Amino acid sequence: MNILVCISNVPDTTSKINFVENDSKFDSNGVQYIINPNDEFGLTKAVWMKESNGANVTVLTVGELSAETILRKCLAIGADKAIRIDCEASDAYSVAKEIEAHCQTINYDLIICGRESIDYNGGLVPGLLAGFLDYNFVTNCVSLEINNTKATCAREISGGTEISECEIPLVIGSQKGLVEESDLIIPNMRGIMMARQKPLEVIQAKNINAKIKDKKFHKPEAKSEVKLVKPDELDKLIDYLENEAKVI
Amino acid sequence: MAVLVYLESEDNKFKKTAYEALSYGKALADKMNVKVSGVVFNCTDSDSLKKYGADKIITINDTDFEEFSSKKYSHALSQVIKSENSSDVILSSSANSKFIGAHLSGIMDTSFVSNVIDLPESINPFVVKRTCFTNKAFSSTEMISDLRIIGVSSNSFGLIENMNDASVETFNVEKVESNQRILKIEKETGSVTIADADVVVSAGRGLKGPENWEMIETLADTLGAATACSKPVSDMGWRPHSEHVGQTGKPVSSNLYIAIGISGAIQHLAGINSSKVKVVINNDPEAPFFKAADYGVVGDAFEVVPALIEKLKAR
Ligand SMILES: Cc1cc2nc3c(=O)[nH]c(=O)nc-3n(C[C@H](O)[C@H](O)[C@H](O)COP(=O)(O)OP(=O)(O)OC[C@H]3O[C@@H](n4cnc5c(N)ncnc54)[C@H](O)[C@@H]3O)c2cc1C
Ligand SMILES: Nc1ncnc2c1ncn2[C@@H]1O[C@H](COP(=O)(O)O)[C@@H](O)[C@H]1O
Repeated sequence: MNILVCISNVPDTTSKINFVENDSKFDSNGVQYIINPNDEFGLTKAVWMKESNGANVTVLTVGELSAETILRKCLAIGADKAIRIDCEASDAYSVAKEIEAHCQTINYDLIICGRESIDYNGGLVPGLLAGFLDYNFVTNCVSLEINNTKATCAREISGGTEISECEIPLVIGSQKGLVEESDLIIPNMRGIMMARQKPLEVIQAKNINAKIKDKKFHKPEAKSEVKLVKPDELDKLIDYLENEAKVI
Repeated sequence: MAVLVYLESEDNKFKKTAYEALSYGKALADKMNVKVSGVVFNCTDSDSLKKYGADKIITINDTDFEEFSSKKYSHALSQVIKSENSSDVILSSSANSKFIGAHLSGIMDTSFVSNVIDLPESINPFVVKRTCFTNKAFSSTEMISDLRIIGVSSNSFGLIENMNDASVETFNVEKVESNQRILKIEKETGSVTIADADVVVSAGRGLKGPENWEMIETLADTLGAATACSKPVSDMGWRPHSEHVGQTGKPVSSNLYIAIGISGAIQHLAGINSSKVKVVINNDPEAPFFKAADYGVVGDAFEVVPALIEKLKAR
């Protein structure tokens, strides 16, 4: 089985969010980049599938040279091969088109994306890809089992879980639950050494035009000071919520 | 040109998010001087939609849509979009609507912007405001395509009543094959879900142990709220994973978020920044959450929460 894991290179969760060039661009100065957490759950799942039934795991990112650091980390975690499609990832549409073009050259049985990235939070790339390729699609995926050509997936829905069955090829949007956090593979020395021998291929981009453009970023306005209420004056709190905020 | 709204329903009732999407669609249509239609799958409660300004309600009644299928729903919507010559499609931010939004934009080869919090700043060019960086920032985003799909963030636009005597039409869909089928749906019964809740009561490690959640549940019941928790609480198994809120858990965009015994770590706040009003109850006046909150009580949760329940009940 051939598995593709799409990896998004995102600012670490504690990063300060600032913008430059007249607030039109994210300020990556001093920011540490990590594997998008939702993708990391998917990658661990893929490595498990490799260990249990010999799947082939390729990781792919659409991005600039700087994104190779996390690809190396993915190889150390256990992926067999890494691919970087060389361009600036500008919007979900063009990213998905670039990935689609690659998927026309190699047949993948399973494409794992994260449910959403933690930078632009679109939750778009997996659905776009499934639509472009006409593959089956399950997002918010919390469990996955593949037997021959049949996949059984669980998806988190509002207030519960939905279990469905379909044929591969399949695109999933992975999230916590697919594997637990305590199961995430942390690269060891041997993995890091082996990663150096593994192929990291750079593919030329098709340079597809973006369909959405961030014109300007804004940060939330500074919050007004919290209104404190004493523990023995809770009537005041209820009054605030009822008459000032009008939320109860 | 026309605006089309996907109206999500469950058990023959529309969700509140559907009315919000329609309110947004109507306001957008007015701004663009066009008509707004709603698409309904197997729901007969169409009268309730007239209140929110639909000019036309397009119903698809077919057993093929009894169970949710992103592919079937997306293909059906794509047919309606073509037949209506829609320029803009409005969806809510529910799990299923987001699922459809991404899939539909792939099928229609067009742009989709989710987490939109307001009407477009301008129509030409078409620029919407959305949240990004887990709600730590906003972006004014230009959509460059003839067909635009817009996902409206929950509780950001609100319900706007606008009586309109909509016409009702049925639409016959050309079916697509799918080998995907639902085997089972497991629902937690009786509780309000975080995604649909107007009020969320959330508690953290300050509660000391799972045995102390009774008062949290009582407070939630009193307010008709959903319950939620911080990450360590679900990691330790005190509460189910489905309640975990934050950067790595669920996003919450309720009208009111009450945080009890939660310190307010940046990763927790990332999930709740788009909630409108935040109340924090914490015995440490230095807890970072007080900087992010609108109202706060510095006090012991074990005293404040029972007292608050009593006062709310006496109201
Ligand atoms: C990559 C990453 C992702 C993460 N993602 C998330 C996420 O999605 N969601 C999330 O929640 N966390 C997340 N975290 C963890 C986060 O950093 C915090 O550790 C966590 O939110 C703390 O949970 P807490 O506030 O319940 O516990 P604590 O930090 O232990 O805080 C407990 C609070 O309770 C108060 N308290 C104690 N006793 C009482 C009392 N009797 N009455 C009132 N108050 C009391 C204390 O003053 C304290 O402020 C993530 C961390 C990392 C590194
Ligand atoms: N530049 C990228 N390269 C490869 N995969 C990506 C890229 N951006 C997003 N993805 C994948 O798509 C998922 C959803 O991203 P998004 O649509 O940006 O929320 C991510 O979790 C990744 O799996």
